[in-house]
Amino acid sequence: MRYLPKSDAERARMLAEIGARSIDDLFAVIPAEYRLARDLDVPRQQGESEIIDYFKAAGNENATDYASFLGAGAYRHYRPVIIDSLVQRGEFLTSYTPYQAEITQGTLQAIFEFQTMIAELTGMDVANASMYDGSTGAAEATMMAVRVTGRHKAAVARTVHPEYREVMATYARHQGLPLEPVDYDSGTGRVDLDALDAAVTSETAAVLVQSPNFFGVVEDIPAIAEIAHRKGALLIVTIAEAVSLGIVRPPVEADIVAMEAQSFGVALSYGGPFCGVIATKEQHVRQMPGRLAGQTVDGAGNRGFVLTLATREQHIRREKATSNICTNQALVALMATIFLSVYGKEGIRELAEHNLAKAHYAASTLSSVAGVKQLFTGAPRFHEFVLKTDEAPAAWSERLMENKIVGGIELSRWYPELENATLWCATEMMPRETIDKAAKVLASVAVEA
Amino acid sequence: MSDNPGPRTLGKVRPHQTQNEALLFEKSSPGKRAYKLPPLDVPPVNALELLQDQCRAQHAELPELSEIELIRHFTRLSTWNYAIDLGMYPLGSCTMKYNPRVNEFVSRIEGLAEAHPYRPESLAQGILEVIDLLQKCLIEITGMDTITLQPAAGAHGEFTGILLVRAWHESQGNPRHKILIPDSAHGTNPATAAICGYQVENLKSNADGGIDLEALARQVTDDTAALMLTNPSTLGVFENEIHKIADILHAKGALLYMDGANMNALVGKVRPGEFGVDVMHLNLHKTFSTPHGGGGPGSGPVACKKFLEPFLPTPVLVRGNEGLREQGNKKTGTKELRDSGAGELHWDYNRPHSVGRVRAFYGNTGMFIRALAYILANGPDGLRQTTEDAVLNANYIRKKLEDLYELPYKTPSMHEVVFSDKRQAAKGVKTGDIAKRLIDYGFHPYTVSFPLIVHGALMIEPTESESVEELDLFIDAMRSIAREVEETPELVKTAPHSTRVSRLDEVQAARKPVLRWKKQGLGTGD
Repeated sequence: MRYLPKSDAERARMLAEIGARSIDDLFAVIPAEYRLARDLDVPRQQGESEIIDYFKAAGNENATDYASFLGAGAYRHYRPVIIDSLVQRGEFLTSYTPYQAEITQGTLQAIFEFQTMIAELTGMDVANASMYDGSTGAAEATMMAVRVTGRHKAAVARTVHPEYREVMATYARHQGLPLEPVDYDSGTGRVDLDALDAAVTSETAAVLVQSPNFFGVVEDIPAIAEIAHRKGALLIVTIAEAVSLGIVRPPVEADIVAMEAQSFGVALSYGGPFCGVIATKEQHVRQMPGRLAGQTVDGAGNRGFVLTLATREQHIRREKATSNICTNQALVALMATIFLSVYGKEGIRELAEHNLAKAHYAASTLSSVAGVKQLFTGAPRFHEFVLKTDEAPAAWSERLMENKIVGGIELSRWYPELENATLWCATEMMPRETIDKAAKVLASVAVEA
Repeated sequence: MSDNPGPRTLGKVRPHQTQNEALLFEKSSPGKRAYKLPPLDVPPVNALELLQDQCRAQHAELPELSEIELIRHFTRLSTWNYAIDLGMYPLGSCTMKYNPRVNEFVSRIEGLAEAHPYRPESLAQGILEVIDLLQKCLIEITGMDTITLQPAAGAHGEFTGILLVRAWHESQGNPRHKILIPDSAHGTNPATAAICGYQVENLKSNADGGIDLEALARQVTDDTAALMLTNPSTLGVFENEIHKIADILHAKGALLYMDGANMNALVGKVRPGEFGVDVMHLNLHKTFSTPHGGGGPGSGPVACKKFLEPFLPTPVLVRGNEGLREQGNKKTGTKELRDSGAGELHWDYNRPHSVGRVRAFYGNTGMFIRALAYILANGPDGLRQTTEDAVLNANYIRKKLEDLYELPYKTPSMHEVVFSDKRQAAKGVKTGDIAKRLIDYGFHPYTVSFPLIVHGALMIEPTESESVEELDLFIDAMRSIAREVEETPELVKTAPHSTRVSRLDEVQAARKPVLRWKKQGLGTGD
């Protein structure tokens, strides 16, 4: 076996030195009745070229030549080449969690830089080293708000990503933490502020909204914060499209930001690994879940970095920890750090502007087709938009697919009231040609069979 | 560090460079760029007009640097890291094995890496086939009936597994209140039980460091939901009375949860599904060679018995029109790479008894690809040999060090061995000091002070990835340190001496946390 660095002669010599007659001696402690007496029924050992052939075939079967207007929490942005060059350095790729600070300064300094960038972008004081993804980050942020406020209810906007809400429900169920859904304004697609005001009480630990929300609409964060804070609740803002922070006003009134950083240079990879992260105000940092890198000095006064405030974490506090999280998404956070340093202060804004322009063009082009109407036009949005069609989405999406285009995703899957409505996304990667072609296909009447 | 008296010629890796590398923000200067966007092919927009009061007023203070500076920055940082690629990483419980490069290559194949999670299932059959084959392989390896790949890491898998336990008890009319956890368990176990709404009840280990059957029988009541057991234990010891443990639990209607952190000792040799485990998680980043990446991403699949299947997180992967019941009864192993002619794969969202979702989308798919590549590279013979070599390596180290380091439990070791610092502590040298001194010899420290049942533990897991030469170097280093403890204990207590920074002030870091760079105030830091 090519990964095993031993010859049979070496194995025999080692066994002899241990004083074992055969390898079976070392497994003798396992009762014989449980020892597997046969080969595992898995595919035979493959050569490297066979492995590559197998996965290439799988990749081809996935049909790579389709353009796509899909977004909804997973976004296709350009990934600068240096991201993969750098994260594939063995010193990053094959290193463990940096508990041994003296020999992991590389990872620790990079995490410190990541935390700084996320704090800068979100307008928060501090950010952690990462969470699994945006959905679990939102759930953990809610539990954090419960610890901070000592209250046990949360109001969650229906415009938060439906799968994030499902994950929050799973986490909340056994915490004695009822989640109250807050409806949206059917005109603007924003959180209904009156409904929110009614939903928040003196028992509410947190108000959780997403911005830009699931419909791509930017929420009125100052107004939402005012309602939450007036009743003593924390405001949690979750962000699924991180690139929006280049141009959209950061949610500075929030107490906690729980975001998904996939847009910062992370491949779609059929939904993971992505990169969640939680940022917050300084006064709440000791209630934050997850790892934190902090600056300190060594014996000679040199600057160095360590994992810090570990008394929040499971390996120290066990059942009293702020979370059970251990492994996070470190290498993916490094991808995001490299992405953000490639674009930098000016680039992240320019990139966000390109997204804004593409989506604006796509929304106006597609909604000018007869029988197609754009919903939620009363409020600003980033790069996603909702279209309502006279024709059933199943019909036109088949026509689009014949033209190698995947259209927007049907919203009735999560919002029964939004019949024939679809959510579309256009990032900087979307060519004008594709938008024009999609409009043409939408406009063409289905051919009667 | 130049005036540091520490030895400079011991071990095999040269000391780190003394170069410094400032933070990106400190190196930044306005006007530098590392990007160039293509020209816009649609009309430009006025952001302020479109976004109005929601437009960002001030740019975020991100660094401004050129591409070569970024390459050098991150490359220099990387050289300050230890890594499996540099040498042995004997971290007990963490299974730091070789991360094959073909895994990285295939995970980046365009059709897999660029697949959107909401693409129509008809356009995603390739990735679904990969997921299906991995599921079958893991079910076969664990001897369980069914599996979910959704959890993002080991602790997330524990959370999912305990939710399954809870949902099943609820379906029986009573969720119960307690989870039993041995005192040797990972910290994630009690933390998980707590977030699932359970009270944690500690189970004391017996004189061999294993489960005390009498204590277990006393403590299991009809209010016990499950026992969370790591097998082999964190001492690297197989619970040879595992069937009795399972029987005691099952007699009271409680379930047996297995923390699969130590599955590297079992693959191809013994299957947890056959010794009474009801539900367990795997760590693809331990046993199945996906990289640790400095702390993640991981992946924590949960395998379980048939009776827990209705409660699995949504969605569940199914083939063709077959309902889940048929799916579960199907033979799960496979000799074939392709399940030809069996119908299309799709996600089943209609799961009325499900515990719900534990993560958006389907899990850390990129890790599934890597883990499957590892299984294919090994085959049944390679997987078994891997386990045997892992156990052989641990026993070799035990044999070669047991005269100098105290072995608190004499029970046979599987894939890891746990010593204590008892003899060295008599000289004032603790396990943490010995660990730091190992760095000077070119090795990553072992796991320090865990499991908690061993005072001053040195927990060593070599994995199968080490050659005899590397093991002998490690053994020489440990023996040399044991000598230093006798002769020059200060040398050990002040280690490491060969790194870019010496021991860092963790107290200061925690007392006055500096968790980010700020534009003013910090100066250059050096």
